[in-house]
Amino acid sequence: MVRFENVGLRYGVGPEVLRDVTLRVDPHSFQFLTGPSGAGKTSLLRLLFLALRPTRGLVTIFGHDVATLSKDALSTLRRRIGIVFQDFRLLDHMSTFENVALPLRVMGQEEQSYREEVLELLKWVGLGDRIWALPAVLSGGEKQRAAIARAVIARPQLLLADEPTGNVDPNLAQRLLRLFVELHKSGTSVIIATHDIGLMDRFDARRLVLHDGRLHVYD
Amino acid sequence: MRVASSCMMVACMSTTSSVTLQSGASPVDSSAPPIESARRPAPIVPRATIAGRALMGVVAIMTFLASLTTGAVVLVRSAADQWQADVARELTLQVRAVSGQDMEAEVGKTVAIARAFPGIAEVRPYSKDETVHLLEPWLGSGLQFNDLPIPRLIVLRIAPGAAPDLSVLRQSLEEQVAGVSLDDHRSFVARMRAMSGAALLVGIAVLFLVLLATMLSVTFATRAAMVTNQPVIEVLHLIGAKDNFIAAHFQQHFLQLGLRGGLLGGGIAIALFAFADLASGWFSGTAAGDQFAAMFGTFSLGALGYLAMLAQIGLVAGTTAIACRRTVSATIEAVQ
Repeated sequence: MVRFENVGLRYGVGPEVLRDVTLRVDPHSFQFLTGPSGAGKTSLLRLLFLALRPTRGLVTIFGHDVATLSKDALSTLRRRIGIVFQDFRLLDHMSTFENVALPLRVMGQEEQSYREEVLELLKWVGLGDRIWALPAVLSGGEKQRAAIARAVIARPQLLLADEPTGNVDPNLAQRLLRLFVELHKSGTSVIIATHDIGLMDRFDARRLVLHDGRLHVYD
Repeated sequence: MRVASSCMMVACMSTTSSVTLQSGASPVDSSAPPIESARRPAPIVPRATIAGRALMGVVAIMTFLASLTTGAVVLVRSAADQWQADVARELTLQVRAVSGQDMEAEVGKTVAIARAFPGIAEVRPYSKDETVHLLEPWLGSGLQFNDLPIPRLIVLRIAPGAAPDLSVLRQSLEEQVAGVSLDDHRSFVARMRAMSGAALLVGIAVLFLVLLATMLSVTFATRAAMVTNQPVIEVLHLIGAKDNFIAAHFQQHFLQLGLRGGLLGGGIAIALFAFADLASGWFSGTAAGDQFAAMFGTFSLGALGYLAMLAQIGLVAGTTAIACRRTVSATIEAVQ
């Protein structure tokens, strides 16, 4: 599904933030991505969701070499990847329903075709009573759940989450982890970037540890 | 099929471990707007932002100034054309006193020749009293001019569309009348044409500068307004929206902003000129009104002037949309 071979990344003329990263993410797999602050977790995630291109090395996602893809092809590929941002990135002028439905809307689908599906998902993540609320009035946990719902509404094959439990209490963190596990069971490959050792200890999964720009994989 | 599969996903998840993120999560809130009658979906691009309103204000002000300049250039041009046409349609005959000749008889002969000449619509000789009256501003009143050899003036008006051969008229007059000369105002018209041409060029240069300033300020204001939308562009891009989809939505939004601002500013300018045209009609016939019309022409822009203003509104709105599209492209490039 995802293959990195000797990938290096640097910003401008600065030092390499990722060095010789070799990685393979299989379909239906679950992994945590961890490491100290500044180790390059977010950079690796940005490479994974095609927001960056590597400075060197080979990145193939869903069998496509990203270096050879056009912008439109990259956009099409992104639709197969769900992303949960650390800062949620909900659009302030849209309701919870509209934020969650956004990936389907940009695919050109009519509201009529996805309305029930979005409502069902909102109920499932516990936001059934916050459908028309704007992000400004949602709590941190609600925003987090809305962000997760947006990431999974288009049934992505790969789900990336950047510190998804960073803004919630331990109880909600546990529930969020269960949500990701359920998504994994339904066939989605999941990569969760986190600092939370406790969270990782709750679920036995592969660990990708970044340290000083290098990746160490613990199966 | 997708809906079904997604519901299957949810059902599967629910049956596997009954996962809901809030214990006892409530169903869809009955106080929320009914789904079937839900409001229209929020636009992709946020409306009614402070930056958007500021951009509309800038567009309105610059379009107003550009429209005023365009109107002024059109007015100067039409006034200059009118002056030239008026002067060029008029000829002046001067009959000088020649010793041994009866001035009145010479004037009468001149008038007769002029009236008989084809293409001359009107011949108006100035009487002796009128001639004296013309000199009063320089020489004062109450003087006796009987013994002074004051030349007499005859004003000829050329018929509309006619082009009489003035050299034939001049030759005919000089052969039959002593002391007569014909002035076709050619040198005056040439000077006036040069002056009005220069005024027109200056006006067009000012208009060009105003349009340039309009486009620059609109471009920068658009970019400033787009900065506030950068997070929206980033999110759309990262969830898989194609560049054309994002650019089209933003371009449409900013085109609307540009059109609204342009219509506001340009509309006020158009209304101002239309009102001035109307008001000049109210004063027509009064001394002040006629003097003003003689000096500056009328405020009537004509259809072409109003069309030019409408075209300007479109130009400014188009500039706003193009600046937006370029900024969106640059933002997407930056995200990548």
